[in-house]
Formats: sequence, structure tokens, C-alpha cells
Amino acid sequence: MSDYTQMWSDLGLDLKGHDALLSILGSAYADIFLSQKNRPEGMKYFDFVMSEVHGLRIKELMDAKAQGRKVIGSYCVFVPEELILAVDGVSVGLCAGAEFNFESAEEVLPRNTCSLIKSAFGFKLGKICPYLEASDVVVGENTCDGKKKSYEILDPLVKDLYVMDLPQMKSESGRAMLKEEYRKFAAKLEKASGKKITAESLKKGIDIVNAKRKAVKRLTELRSADPAPISGLDALLVNQVFFYDDPVRFTESVNKLCDELEERVKKGTGVFPKGTTRLMISGCPMAVPNWKLPWIIETSNAVIVGEESCVGERGVRWMTDTKGKTVDDLIDMLTDRYFQIDCAVFTPNPSRVDYVKEMKKKLNAKGIVHYSLQFCQPYIMESGPVEKELEKTGMPTLRLETDYSQEDAGQLKTRIEAFIERLNRK
Amino acid sequence: MRYAGLDIGSRTVKLAVIEGGELALSRKSVTSHDPLETARSLMKDAEFDTVTATGYGRYLIQGHLECPVISEIKAFAVGSRFFSSECRSILDIGGQDTKAISLDEEGNMSKFEMNDKCAAGTGRFLEVMATALGFTLEEFSAAALSAEKAVKINSMCTVFAESEVISLTSQGAARNEVALGIHRAIVSRSVALLRRITPPGAVFFAGGVALNECMKTLLEGELGRTLFVPPDPQIVGAIGAALSNT
Repeated sequence: MSDYTQMWSDLGLDLKGHDALLSILGSAYADIFLSQKNRPEGMKYFDFVMSEVHGLRIKELMDAKAQGRKVIGSYCVFVPEELILAVDGVSVGLCAGAEFNFESAEEVLPRNTCSLIKSAFGFKLGKICPYLEASDVVVGENTCDGKKKSYEILDPLVKDLYVMDLPQMKSESGRAMLKEEYRKFAAKLEKASGKKITAESLKKGIDIVNAKRKAVKRLTELRSADPAPISGLDALLVNQVFFYDDPVRFTESVNKLCDELEERVKKGTGVFPKGTTRLMISGCPMAVPNWKLPWIIETSNAVIVGEESCVGERGVRWMTDTKGKTVDDLIDMLTDRYFQIDCAVFTPNPSRVDYVKEMKKKLNAKGIVHYSLQFCQPYIMESGPVEKELEKTGMPTLRLETDYSQEDAGQLKTRIEAFIERLNRK
Repeated sequence: MRYAGLDIGSRTVKLAVIEGGELALSRKSVTSHDPLETARSLMKDAEFDTVTATGYGRYLIQGHLECPVISEIKAFAVGSRFFSSECRSILDIGGQDTKAISLDEEGNMSKFEMNDKCAAGTGRFLEVMATALGFTLEEFSAAALSAEKAVKINSMCTVFAESEVISLTSQGAARNEVALGIHRAIVSRSVALLRRITPPGAVFFAGGVALNECMKTLLEGELGRTLFVPPDPQIVGAIGAALSNT
């Protein structure tokens, strides 16, 4: 790895804290990912991306900035990367997956705030996220109350925070509001970049993002095979890198990985023996490096075959239509696409549980682990009815609530093992 | 064949040996700072052909002894059938965990709920509260049973509840009424856990806390369901582990 100290220091990072983060991240990655058996060759690319996640990729961002391109950071799958690409910008997901510097975060946030929000603040206040420091615009969005109100506290801490409003009901007025918000966001991007969005540039952006999502969907479909050709951890990693990497290069790498996995499926080889208990996860997003639950599951004789999550199917499952001649037509298409996202902030939200059922069948999963981050009101509230509905239709469900700390790992393991024992009786 | 089950809990280590469908041996010891040594001395001279480990320390023993492991949830589900073939609801309150388990008609585990990561409402909670009131565990239960009314305890966090108890007694609240309040608080929590998942009918009550008479009386009253307490409620997990291998 090259020496990036100068670049990090220019970005204003706290070098000591940042070194500590990288060292923890590096050893966790080795323990959790590199120790896995029968990994596909194609994962080497993602290993490389992770080893350079704060290095080479940041250098690419800095080079893009030097060429006059803008870096737009965001925290949510409702922020359309297509619009960012249409002004030749670079879209990056911002760090919110590690329990780092929570002491500082708790100085400005209530203690009963979810780990994801605390983590975002921990990274900002500790000056250890180069993506955030490199962002010309940080995009917030009114999803849950926690995020919504925390952006008020984040505002004075970043140079340009733009908050997007979001509807909470799938009504006609909700859709109209989303479209209006996307128009406003497009105007904001044009202003920030000094570039005009044209039907051509937006169509190109949509094509790039569609191709990226299509590649990940291809990966999802391959995971329906038994034996599973790829571990849930590795597939989650691909879904996490989705938010950081150059979209075109990412798409090529995922497709290459899928070519290899297709061969595996044909030969009937996989990462775990055929017949290993197949689970799927549904619920809150797992941002890098939140690998706790999948790691516990996959070291308990089970394999994860799908994620109904924003870092997973909820982020990629819809494509955007490109019919339409004007920018307004295309924003309409984008609105149609994003308005389908069945995030738990919507009420009611019946399509989510319907899709969990569909996924379970398609992926041939034996049971569902419903994962909520502690204090994430929308998903925790929804978890009860979702569990009830799934169990009613004969789909065994384990409901878990946890955070980024490691202290409940033993308890989680006990529950997961008992759930697997339940699934495997006779 | 003699099948052994070893249940390494957070407060007590239990060993059971099953032979010909009967309990041939049962031993218990307090989990020390060295649970592995405690387990070894329990197994000393005990005769058995196979051993299965369960409980908090199940992987600890697996590192030193080639043996299968099962979760304590399954162990209690299987173990409960040794004593009762009718109960489809199990409440296990151990040293650090509270579990509610429901069984299907054939006795297979179907759903379970566990307390969150803290020790609220567990055996350890009772121990800390008894000490705060200056009681032994036996005195604690008897005192609670003797109270005519309960002082309401608001906090279920072991640390906060301890300060609450101290402040109540310093305000002159009767010790036995505070004791009853503490028992009531745990009962209402356990009942909520049970009601969430278990079918109607008799409840199998196991774990160290099932030795507490006051808990039994209050639970039965609150649930309005018959409570089945096995002769030794602490050994159920070890028996379940042993039986899981037969």
C-alpha cells in the first residue's frame, strides 16, 4: 500500500485516530473475510478495494476533484446516484458502520440513538472518514426521526449539508412530493457543479446505475443454488462496496465474479457443503464494517443467501426506465423507480413483507433472521407484525435487535444456534 | 449406554447422566472463576459413554473435550420432555438469562424469546437485590411471601434497582414489602415474555429461580395457568443435553 499520509493530512483527518481505525479494520477483515474457505477468485478484487478503501479510492476522489468534478456523499438509498452522475459527479456512501468514537457522538446526541447515526457522528467528530471530508456536498434525507433531527446537529459540522425531504405514504401526493424533491436536488447539483443536466447526461447516468444494479441482481440470483456459490459475508461485502466504488469498474468486477459463480453452480461446488442451513436476513442496513451478525451466523453452520435490506435487495431490486425525451420525463422515471422502495419509514408498508416471502421462496431459504438496530423505531415497530405474518405463512423467523458493540455476541450466537436447531429438526 | 449432559451456566455447572431412560446421576457446582476446572471435577469418577455440552460455557469445554454442543434453548426444550409430556410452554430463569420457549404438538421447539443483553429480571438480579436487603436467597423468598403489600420497584436495571432499593429502605420502607416488589417486577417481565409466544396450558418452570417459592406463587397467580416445577429445576438443561445424543 502506498503512503497516503500527506493526502489524509491534507483532508484534515486525525491521523492517530484514523490509524487506529485502519488497524482495527484490517485485522477484523483478515479474521472475518480472509479466513473463509473456498472463496471465489473474483473476491480478490473486493479484497483489494477494501485494503485501499481509505487509500487508492480516496486518491481517485481527490483526482476527480482536481478535474473539477464534485464528490457527493450520502447516507441513504433514496438519494439518486443517477442525478449525481448526470453532473459528472462522484457519488459515495458515507461511513456509518463502526462503533468508533461513540463518546464524542454521545456528547451531541441522545444515548438512545441508533448505532448507525452515532457512527456517522463518531466519524465526523473524530475526523476519521476521508469520504466525508472529501465530500463537496453531504446529502441528508428525512427518513426516520433520528436521522431527520440529527441532520440539524450535523449541519454546522460540514461545509455544505443538503437535506432532502421524503414522503412517508405511498400516495399520489407522496409521489408528487418525491418528484419535486428530485427536481430540487437536480437543481442543487447543477448549482454545486456548475454543469447542466441534459436528457443525454441523465440517460447516461441511469444506464450506468441500471447496469450496476443488474450485476448485483445477477449475483442475488446465483445465490439461489445449493451449495451456495458464495458466502453471505462476501455477498454482503459486494453490496457494501456498491456504495463506494467507481460504478463502471464495480459493475465489471461483479459480472466477472458472477461468471465464476455460474461455473461453480454448473459444477455444483460452493462455499459450504450442499444442504447447509440456508438463512436470509431482513431489516436494517448493514454499513461497512458492520459484519457482526453475518459472521456469527456463518460460523454457526449456516449460510446467508439473501439480504432484504438497503445494503442488499431493497437498494438494487428496481431498474429505472429510460423512455422519455426530456430531463423532466427522466426524473419522472427516476421517481417511479425510487418511490417503490419499501423502507419502514413508509406507512403502511405491506410490500416489504410480501417481498420477504417472495425472496425466501426464490432463494430457497429455510428461515428468516429479522435484524433491527437497537433504537431504530421504524424497523423495530415493523418487526412484530412482519414476524407474525411470516410465521403465519409457515416461514420460521428469528427476530433480533442489536447494535455495533460486541458484548452481546454470545447471546446472539445462542439464539442463532437455537434457531438453526429449530429449522433442522428431523 | 450412559449419556452425559454437561450444562455450564453462568452461575452453576450441572452434570446429568442418563441410562436406560432414567436419570442415573446428577451433580451441581457453583461456576467458579475457572468453569473448565469446575466441569472437570464434576465429571471426575462419573461414568458415561458420551457427553454433550450446553450452556454459556459450551464452547469452552468443546475446546478440551471432543463433544457435540447444543444451545441451552434446545437443551431445555428436550429436557422438559423428560419430566412432562404435556407442557408446551417453558419458562427458564437462570443466572444470566430468561428464556420463554414454546413447543409444538410433537414437543419440538417452535419459538423462543430471551431477555436482552443485560441481567434484568434474572437470577443474578435476585441475588443482588437479596444482598442489598441483607437477606440470603431463602430468607429473601420467605420475606417476600410474608409481605401483605408490595412496594413498587420501577427500575429493572440491576444497577439502578439496587440504588432504588437502598433509597427505599433508607426512607423506612419495610424490607419484606420491598422484597415482594422485586419479585413482582420480575414476574411481570417474565409473564410478558411468555405471553408473547407460548400456547395456553401448563407452564414448565425451570432454572435456578424456579427454586424460589415466592416466584412460583406469584407466577401462577399472574399467569392463571398451572405451573409444573420439576423436582430439580436446575438440572433440566443437562438432562436435555444428555438426551439430545440418545
